[in-house]
Amino acid sequence: MVQNGLNWMAGGPQGSGVDTAANVFGKACGYGGLYVFGRREYHSNIKGLHSYFHLRVAPRQVLANVDDVDLLAAFDAETVVRHVGEVISGGGIIVDAQQLDVNVLTIQTLPPEFRVELRDFMDREHVGEKLGDFLRYAEKRGIHVYAVPYMELLEGVGEKLGIEKISKITRVINTLTVGASFALLRYSRELVEKAVRSTFPEKTIQMNLVALEYAYDYAEKHFGSFKRTLSQVPSNEERIFLTGNQAVAMGKIVGGCRVQTYYPITPAADESEFLEAHEVLHTRNGEEAIVVIQTEDEIAAVNAASGAALAGARAATSTSGPGFSLMVEGLGWAGNSEVPLVITYYQRGAPATGLPTRHGQADLRFALHAAHGEFPRIIIASGDIEECFYDAAKAFNFAEKYQMPVIHLIDKALANCAQTYPVFNYAGFKIERGEVLAEKDLEGREYKRFRFTETGISPRVFLGTKNGVHWYTGDEHNEFGHISEEPLNRRRMVEKRMVKLELVDREVPLSEKINVYGNIDSENIVVSWGSPKGAIIEALSLLASEGFSLGFIQIRMVNPLPAAYLKRVLGEKKRIIDVEDNYTGQLGGLIREKTGLAPHYHVLKYTGRPATTTEVYNALRLILKNEAPERQVLMFGS
Amino acid sequence: MGLKPSDFRTEVYADWCPGCGDFGIMNALHMAFAELGIEPHRLVIVSGIGCSGKEAHNIKAYGVHTLHGRTLPFAMGIKIANPELEVLAIGGDGDGLGIGAGHFVNAGRRNLDMTYLMHNNGVYGLTKGQASPTLRLGIQTKALPTPNINEAVNPIGLAIVSGYTFVARSYAYDVKHLKETIKQAIQHKGLAFIDCLQPCPTYNNVNTKEWYAGEDLIDEETGKPKPRLYKLELSGFNPVVHDWQEDPQKKVAAIMKAQEWGDRIPIGVFYKNELESTFQERILNRIPFYLANPPAKQKLCDEEGYATVDLSGFLEELRIA
Repeated sequence: MVQNGLNWMAGGPQGSGVDTAANVFGKACGYGGLYVFGRREYHSNIKGLHSYFHLRVAPRQVLANVDDVDLLAAFDAETVVRHVGEVISGGGIIVDAQQLDVNVLTIQTLPPEFRVELRDFMDREHVGEKLGDFLRYAEKRGIHVYAVPYMELLEGVGEKLGIEKISKITRVINTLTVGASFALLRYSRELVEKAVRSTFPEKTIQMNLVALEYAYDYAEKHFGSFKRTLSQVPSNEERIFLTGNQAVAMGKIVGGCRVQTYYPITPAADESEFLEAHEVLHTRNGEEAIVVIQTEDEIAAVNAASGAALAGARAATSTSGPGFSLMVEGLGWAGNSEVPLVITYYQRGAPATGLPTRHGQADLRFALHAAHGEFPRIIIASGDIEECFYDAAKAFNFAEKYQMPVIHLIDKALANCAQTYPVFNYAGFKIERGEVLAEKDLEGREYKRFRFTETGISPRVFLGTKNGVHWYTGDEHNEFGHISEEPLNRRRMVEKRMVKLELVDREVPLSEKINVYGNIDSENIVVSWGSPKGAIIEALSLLASEGFSLGFIQIRMVNPLPAAYLKRVLGEKKRIIDVEDNYTGQLGGLIREKTGLAPHYHVLKYTGRPATTTEVYNALRLILKNEAPERQVLMFGS
Repeated sequence: MGLKPSDFRTEVYADWCPGCGDFGIMNALHMAFAELGIEPHRLVIVSGIGCSGKEAHNIKAYGVHTLHGRTLPFAMGIKIANPELEVLAIGGDGDGLGIGAGHFVNAGRRNLDMTYLMHNNGVYGLTKGQASPTLRLGIQTKALPTPNINEAVNPIGLAIVSGYTFVARSYAYDVKHLKETIKQAIQHKGLAFIDCLQPCPTYNNVNTKEWYAGEDLIDEETGKPKPRLYKLELSGFNPVVHDWQEDPQKKVAAIMKAQEWGDRIPIGVFYKNELESTFQERILNRIPFYLANPPAKQKLCDEEGYATVDLSGFLEELRIA
């Protein structure tokens, strides 16, 4: 069955350092040559509501979560209540020894819908109302409970540091649980200390190191052996541990983005903040910089980015669904004026405000059709954090070569998941600016910004170039960029713009439009896009080891869709299985529209949580055994 | 430079109604650019939607005719990417104070070194005469089925409290005054706003050329009309902020002046403050070489096209082995 590596989860109220704990945990594993994949789940809330980080660690690359939790580090009672069912038999729960008497029904942050489920669970499993009752239930299922007296340890930490007020150091509870976890796993204390040093700001390092020491010592002294251990593996590889937000930011820098506009929105804003924190850039040509502008709204963001692009800067904006909704008019303007605009679009649970901090993949159709009228746009979709990096860079080449908006679709799962990778290699990345005319090219000739050409590409001139004065307008226009409503000009302009998409389709190699995995010649084929990729690849290899034959086509270029290829390949398949995180199966529908071939099965998820390898494996297995309904909806994750 | 106003003309037919104030504004712009010697390729006219939006096509300079209400964001992007450009944003009153009001206010917070010229005629002309945000309460212009039930925004006051550092008003039919005001605005260090009063001969039958000329206000002694517009610069009004201490008073005085409307309407400079840092200067504080190597001029790659950037600053934070 699905199991490899170690699955660790930290949970607690928002603002209590769950993220930081996970970061320390992940880094410590990374320092030991291990690979890490981690998913961050949080509420749209600053402080108090439940958040958790589900981390998977293995000696080889891990691409997604599985359903299991081997070791749960609970900062509070709610974490136990919410996740006790995910901890496997033989696993462990680290819990505050002083909270065992907490009546779980008095936890105020439990939402009413969850309380109903909880009551059902308690009735069904005969679990009492105290946290201790939940832990006894866990123990009955073969789970070890490691009760750590958090407050007692904090008192010790305070004493050692000469801090009287315990309230000043309660924030190191996260580090206590990390320390206890690693002690149980018998992992190198030195590496954990290194992770603490590199994660916390200077003035809190000492406090956390002491907390770590106390937790380690306590666990080693009081707890017997835990069945799972974690050990270092030799590795000479240079690695990084990063999120999708960070990968996109770096990709943009490599791709030459020098103006980024944004309006704060989850889960996009972290990217812009990361960029702003590193705005001064060192290059082989001397110093360069990216100017990051926080605008008054997304309308300003998209249009300022277009303005910057017209002036000759590579420019982008970054947002999620609600922000993109506001950008739609600007997108149309950019399409009409053939602006090389890049929009990084982080999908989240939708519609409306939806699930602001949760995952979703329901905006493919929106990205495809946003704005009135017809104009070409390129839509690329990254499937993992590494692709986020390379695609973010490549988006600018597409935008400038083909002079059209590029929408880079990402999703919350990619944005906020953290993963270890070998350091990205960008030395070979080429900047392709397309046809641009400079002052000397323009001397003595009449320049027409929208000159009719066979390919539809008219050489660009940046605003400010001598001899190149021209105009842009959101109206239909003639070759000079002046308003024109004449029918023949109109027809030619529409066609000039639209044929560029055919050029994209011809010129971009198939290898950049799709990835294929597994046995592509199999009669069974999975189609998907975006973050489900990792879980699908892992499920495929598990199924292959059980003798099931299955291929996987990951669509990276959604528009123009490689329809001819898909038609050829999918036409022969017995089972086309569409896996995506939305209700309607948007990619499946698009494939049907463009190829006439409909998926036979849908595996969908729209709970706001990404699919795990376990879930995808189970769903695909049912399909291959002819035991599945046409439509399966996945549910894992709290 | 020897530039003439005609050097800024284009062959595009100006399709405004006969007698439209836009002609006066266009001429004033041509003259101001010529007198300031701004070469056409260094100049970018960013316009919005409506009759005024078309003005970009009648000026021989880089023209970006944008979306309704979005002139200022486009202009901002252009100016930030290439601060060497002279950027002039043009829009109507509906564009700037209705649909684009959020941008109007927030542009003030940045104080980018550029100019925003607002055509103020009280109506949405191109959609056939609906009330604009500057039409006063109770006024019924020709196309309105009933009198206006919204009160007007005070553009001068709003500009001042939003942070514009040069705030002036002029009049489309006083081309010389308008030209001089435009020149001052362009030369001002910081974000300049001009509220340009402009009759709409087709739809605003209240605030007409004759109304501005005071033909309904006859001086009993002379028997002549009393023009409504008077010039601040001739009235002893001093709009210039010389030190920060006098800034609050200057702002209040300007806002007080901006309340005048009716029989006496001031034009000229209401407020001018060059002490405030510009957005470019603020960027420069973070990126010391910003003006020398602005975003639009950066090389990005070597001769063969390979990206030249070194990511080590980013990777440092992410490295685990």
